[in-house]
Amino acid sequence: MSPEGAEGGAAVIVIGAGVTGLSAGWWLARDGHDVLVIEAGAIGWAASGRNGGGCSHHHSPLFLEEQSLWPMLDELLGYPTEFRPNRIRIALDERQFRLYRRALENGARQGFRTDVLDPKQIRELVPFAGEAYGGYFYHFGGHANPHRTVQAYAWALQDHGGRILQHTPVLGFDTRANRVAGVRTPGGAFACDHLVIAAGPATGALAAQLGVSVPLMSARAEMIVTEPLQLMGTGGVDGNGLYGRQTLRGNLAYGGGPHEWVELQDMGARAHCTVLQASISRRLCELLPKAGHARVIRSWAGFVENTPDGRPVIDRPASLENLTVATLSSVGFGLSPAAGRAVRDLVVSGSCGFADLSTLGLARFAGLEPGWRALQGWLPAAAGGE
Amino acid sequence: MIPPGSRPHAPDPASVIGKAPPIGEATDLLVIGAGPAGVSAALAAAGRGVQVTLVDENPVPLSAMGEEVPLHFGGRMGATVANRNAMLETVLEANPQLAEAVDGGVDVRLGTAAWGLFPRRPTTNWIGGHVVGLVDAQRAYLLGFKQVIVACGRRDMGLAFEGWERPGVMGASAAYRLAKTYGALDARTAVLLGGGTEALQIADALSEQGVRIAAVIEQAEAIGGPAKLLARLTGKGARVLTGHVIQQAIGDSRGLSAVGVVAVDEHGRRTGQRLESIECDTVLLGVGAVPAIELIEAGGCAVGFQPQRGGHVPLLDGSQRTSLPYVYAAGDCAGIWPSKTLCETVARREGALAARAALEALGVPGAGAPEVAPVPDGPPRDVALERLAWVRASILQAPGDPQVCQCEEVTCADILSLRPPRYLGRPQAPGARDLRGLAALGELAPHPDAVKRLTRAGMGSCQGRRCREQIAALLALAADRPLADVSLATYRPPVRPLRLDQLAGLPESPAMAQHWDSWFGMPTQWVPFWRVPASYTVATRSTEGPEAGE
Repeated sequence: MSPEGAEGGAAVIVIGAGVTGLSAGWWLARDGHDVLVIEAGAIGWAASGRNGGGCSHHHSPLFLEEQSLWPMLDELLGYPTEFRPNRIRIALDERQFRLYRRALENGARQGFRTDVLDPKQIRELVPFAGEAYGGYFYHFGGHANPHRTVQAYAWALQDHGGRILQHTPVLGFDTRANRVAGVRTPGGAFACDHLVIAAGPATGALAAQLGVSVPLMSARAEMIVTEPLQLMGTGGVDGNGLYGRQTLRGNLAYGGGPHEWVELQDMGARAHCTVLQASISRRLCELLPKAGHARVIRSWAGFVENTPDGRPVIDRPASLENLTVATLSSVGFGLSPAAGRAVRDLVVSGSCGFADLSTLGLARFAGLEPGWRALQGWLPAAAGGE
Repeated sequence: MIPPGSRPHAPDPASVIGKAPPIGEATDLLVIGAGPAGVSAALAAAGRGVQVTLVDENPVPLSAMGEEVPLHFGGRMGATVANRNAMLETVLEANPQLAEAVDGGVDVRLGTAAWGLFPRRPTTNWIGGHVVGLVDAQRAYLLGFKQVIVACGRRDMGLAFEGWERPGVMGASAAYRLAKTYGALDARTAVLLGGGTEALQIADALSEQGVRIAAVIEQAEAIGGPAKLLARLTGKGARVLTGHVIQQAIGDSRGLSAVGVVAVDEHGRRTGQRLESIECDTVLLGVGAVPAIELIEAGGCAVGFQPQRGGHVPLLDGSQRTSLPYVYAAGDCAGIWPSKTLCETVARREGALAARAALEALGVPGAGAPEVAPVPDGPPRDVALERLAWVRASILQAPGDPQVCQCEEVTCADILSLRPPRYLGRPQAPGARDLRGLAALGELAPHPDAVKRLTRAGMGSCQGRRCREQIAALLALAADRPLADVSLATYRPPVRPLRLDQLAGLPESPAMAQHWDSWFGMPTQWVPFWRVPASYTVATRSTEGPEAGE
């Protein structure tokens, strides 16, 4: 299969059509760069299209940019993302209340307001809530629809002349001196001036082929979805250990709880759901007891990658002149508008023009122990169970 | 160096390891579905020294029927279905072999639906064994098993036309279920849509129960089902209209009063403007009997599109075994073909064959020479072409824009133009996209799951039961590809809509309650960027501090 127009490659090839790769591709394309996104599966099929949709990452150096971009993203992309601002976080006990306060502190430091909510205010703001300990109303962040957002990035990228090749696994790379010269696929080889690897869980294995170590481990996470319910005033309500939202259609879509470390090569393409959905339901019932009658109509599961410290990598490895790697370490959806822009900056000028990415560099892992996965206990469940 | 065989490090406490749910009860052989195949399987395994459990979701709660789950009941449930105890008795009476199974020592659980099959496989290793999620009138619970035979039967392909959301438009199998299992079909005069074997057989059975079949409507030029069955219907006054489709269901909010039918040519195009009206209170959707594979597919068994077996079916070996060696399929969910439909013995043989293989896996040798699994016979039949023809004639060529997904109110044009859902106020972006754009992104035909995400078609409370075959056919027609090129929209548990508070009631281990606020249990993940240390090693990492995810 030789895709139309793909011969000869592109100025920038992005591997991975998840939110990070698509956003990076879109930012590059809208600046007039010739972009080709190569995706082993379908766009946004993994964690990018199935997640809580939250956009309030106050601990990240990309937070300010995240906050400034989301409210204008529909207009920038030309397609709806279903972004809705603000977020309510409900604590059912004192411990949760203390934990969730961190957002207040981090937000305040960066100029954002958070109101502390008492149980009565929570009942008024959240019709499905019960007796809470307390909570917070973040006057920042919000939620968007992951499905619609990944498609919006893809279409916007194409509107700017960018191209996307789906179902095209990367077989290898051609290098010349200290440069990546091209990408080999079953559909042919594509030359590039610059390569971006933003391939989610596959990022580590791909970078390794270029001699670049990006330490990653993959895990499976799950979510549940209920039938549509009457809309609450603010859909972005979570807490009690869950992340998620009420969709604009009215479904409750929530996830959380223990993850499963996996060796991707043992898994097959699909991350199947498990009985974890019952434990998620239990906590959603505690969070929104007046929605207990709602029927769960499906669940999702997906694979996400994590770095050893759980923090993103957005960096240009020193060993190659024209490579950028990006993994958001399981927290990529909300940060995607900013992360894509940061990747664009790295590709174009070698440094990020709007945020300090020094804490997201690969250099921090220079002394990482080779057996770090086992040392941290990041182990798949044995085949015989535990 | 750590000696081989020893576990060098404690597993991540925030992972699923060590958090297996307590499994209150377990059985050796689980059979899901008490139709001919399931009952035969249970009876074949009874008395062989293994524990056999047979679950069946009938009687289905009235609330589920109202949501068109598991079949498209179309509001034609008689008043008696509200009385659960009476229904339990009726279900038992309708199936004398259930009593035989009970007498034979089988643990029979009626009114018990299976909402999730979690056989051991890479993502369920942490559970520590094969389990099934069950729900009855009281509670949802998990049951452990060693081998499972899935005999979940069939459902009906939906087919849109103007007014098909009216009460009275229902699946043919749903009507059969109400009439034969529940004795509670509220229908007097029905029009049968579809002339295949499965449809004619059901119409004949309903006719025996006093339902007048006013007409048999078939888009093709000839009736595909047995002439003998057709003659029995015409003998009782049924008209036969080949080369016709229903254009309109006429009635009010209480239900149907008539259908308007119209003649079509071999391309589904209307050959005349004239609508002929046929009085009826019920339409039986009999355009396609679909193997009910949701439990099997969501459980991780390999499935494939096999037109001679009625669509997507589990891939089976010669003993009804799926790609997962402890999961078997028997009866209609393993494949539907005319001779199997006409003779119950075929499904029974499949059930017995699966039981025999399961027993052997449990260490109980089978008796007699191994039998060969039944395979489709008779003249080759292509359900792909049939489905495409129905969807072309009834939906694509309709003068209006029929609503294909009733739950989410998504029309044919919405799907073909990838229109955002109604709750977005239908923005028409300048660079509005269509299906061709989606297919051009790299697949042979658009993926139903991608279309679902953008239009919500198939995303509703009936879990896509009424629309998924139509959507697949529409995508194939739009892409001008064979139906087999359209991927199967995935099934996900719970495969029956399940109340949040019921699912929440499943017991969990104390360890499960830990680490919910942690996302991945890494305090370092959430350290604000202005306090991140310059280097990271496991030895020097901080494991203290709040770890709540954001």
